Amino acid sequence: MQKQAIFQSKLLPYALVAPQLAIVLIFFYWPALQAVIQSFLLQDAFGLSTTFVWFDNYIELLKDRAYFEAIVRTFFFSFAIAVSSLSFALLLAVMADKPLRGSTLYRTLLIWPYAVAPPVVGVLWIFMLHPSLGVLSRYLRALGVDWNPLLDGDQAAALIIFAAAWKQISYNFLFFLAGLQSIPRSVLEAAAIDGARPMRRFWTVTFPLLSPTIFFLLVVNIVYAFFDTFGIIDTMTRGGPGTSTVTLVYKVYSDGLLGGNLGSSAAQSVILMIMVIVLTGIQFRFVERKVTY
Amino acid sequence: MALRHFGTAAAVALAVGLGASPALAVTEIQWWHAMTGANNDVIVKLANDFNAAQSDYKVIPTYKGNYADTMNAGIAAFRAGNAPHIMQVFEVGTATMMAATGAVKPVYKLMADAGEKFDPKIYLPAITGYYSTSKGEMLSFPFNSSSTVMWVNLDELKKANVEIPKTWPETFEAAKKLKAAGHDTCGFSGSWVTWVNLEQLSAWHNVPLASKANGLDGFDTVLEFNGPLQVKHLENLVELQKTKVYDYAGRTNTGEGRFTSGECPIYLTSSAFFGNVKAQAKFNFTAVPMPYYPDAKGAPQNSIIGGASLWVMGGKPAEEYKGVAKFLTFLSDTDRQVYIHKASGYLPITKAAYEKAKAEGFYKDQPYLETPLLELTNKEPTENSRGLRLGNMVQLRDVWSEEIEQALAGKKTAKQALDAAVERGNTMLRQFEKTAVK
Repeated sequence: MQKQAIFQSKLLPYALVAPQLAIVLIFFYWPALQAVIQSFLLQDAFGLSTTFVWFDNYIELLKDRAYFEAIVRTFFFSFAIAVSSLSFALLLAVMADKPLRGSTLYRTLLIWPYAVAPPVVGVLWIFMLHPSLGVLSRYLRALGVDWNPLLDGDQAAALIIFAAAWKQISYNFLFFLAGLQSIPRSVLEAAAIDGARPMRRFWTVTFPLLSPTIFFLLVVNIVYAFFDTFGIIDTMTRGGPGTSTVTLVYKVYSDGLLGGNLGSSAAQSVILMIMVIVLTGIQFRFVERKVTY
Repeated sequence: MALRHFGTAAAVALAVGLGASPALAVTEIQWWHAMTGANNDVIVKLANDFNAAQSDYKVIPTYKGNYADTMNAGIAAFRAGNAPHIMQVFEVGTATMMAATGAVKPVYKLMADAGEKFDPKIYLPAITGYYSTSKGEMLSFPFNSSSTVMWVNLDELKKANVEIPKTWPETFEAAKKLKAAGHDTCGFSGSWVTWVNLEQLSAWHNVPLASKANGLDGFDTVLEFNGPLQVKHLENLVELQKTKVYDYAGRTNTGEGRFTSGECPIYLTSSAFFGNVKAQAKFNFTAVPMPYYPDAKGAPQNSIIGGASLWVMGGKPAEEYKGVAKFLTFLSDTDRQVYIHKASGYLPITKAAYEKAKAEGFYKDQPYLETPLLELTNKEPTENSRGLRLGNMVQLRDVWSEEIEQALAGKKTAKQALDAAVERGNTMLRQFEKTAVK
């Protein structure tokens, strides 16, 4: 009864959600649809000649061994980035949550890196770890490490993972800190009175209560590692040496934007989109069960 | 489509909102470019001078990011139906632009249609060859050109008691001596690994990089740079990389600081590196021609250019093209070319401008600024040294770099790497051929 009293007209609710709906349709669904259409076409960069090629772009990709290598690499990178940035951020948040002198300053400083754009992160780390320009490389060399990410693929991969994780730490830190502060002190105090040591208190009380935050961040971090890291890769390694830092999203960027091969690039982004949808689905289906809200 | 209309609507709304759309007395000519710093000042000055010299046309230069950004912006603008009149495109984008029949207006046609006086013979053939069809029709207007030279740290060479090398074997020997004299992280190095060690190397030794005159005679070109010369050269680099007599410095020019810092006393890169060397190097330096293998027949041949040219975009009214043509004539003026040459360090594009700079004694104090010109004009260009025109060149270079890196890292032999680079490149060329407008 009350519902009808509020919305006299049947159209009003639709009219009210229309702007939001329009934005979602124009800025999310329309480009996604465009990508799907584009992936069936073979087109030159200027869009002057267009041929409909059915699934040719997809078939070419599946025949390409480099593409499979990129898939495996992307999963490895995402896993490494998510795990390292999450664990580091949690460690920092736990420490910043303690009553410390000047903790506000400490917290603020930890949040800063998030404001840095990915390509800038790349440049920043290059200045530190470039084989000849880098400040840190000099120390590494002095320690006897043959530091040369320009030719050593593993070192380059480590560099990318490191830089990408570093940038994401602040974001994770922010959520972890908020999560930690919302844990009722009384529960922790009760555990302490019961004689639980700090480590035990953390794993049995804090960690489970933090699980919704961890789960949310896991999803966000995976999506970040999948989609947002190409700026870092482009400025730091451009996919090299060899193809050792070419991830799926970087391949989309380099094939489409640098190579002008829009069909293949679109097909790749459609595959990437499906992959992330599936991955997020799996996370919500299986990982979320372990989360207690 | 939706976005395009949205953009138009927004523009209209903005214009109406501002209420300030004055009657256009002059025809505006949009010029998109990728020049920064001192070179940006040159562009602004050229546009201002042209605008001041006449009252019918107004050239408006706009900086659109680096070369790749500018090109992508131009392509996107074309797809949206509002391309600029003039677009600065780097040399590796040439094939892409050329393949886009209808999207561009060839310069020779533009000049003829506009009735502008135009003699392609006044330009340096080594430069215009890159931007002309095999029939000699100029497609784009050369603007800033450079070539590969060998930068040398004279102080360090003197300290190590090493002569300036002329050939590759001499360069390797010099680098070994320099390493022994303390340069243990880098005897010699270079930027743009494929440009220097594949593209220029092939032209300089008169061997093909690809069939059909390196792609100038058609898009059905096949890569051929896995020949004995290129393999031998890469083998040499791989061998020297092991001891850091040669040390790889990346795909682009990010390693150039290694020369100016004094780490690498010998460094092969673009002659356009001049500005940075002059500003940063705290030592005596010079630039000499690229080394060659003395046992290669006919070497050295001539080098090919880098840099960018101006492309005129298609589909504009004849009246506007008249202005563009007048502007290109304006740029061809001898004094103006001398000015561009001196202010930017890029090459003069007309014979007269080169002669004039020479007569003024410009190269007496700075002989290294003449080096790229001497390389380009060393011999009459052949099929193998006229230029390159390969589709998807930006990405091709990345693929070639990937393979070279594998070789330098010891994961593949030089031959395997170059074979793979040729094979992967050919696949991309066939892809490009499929989409190129016939």
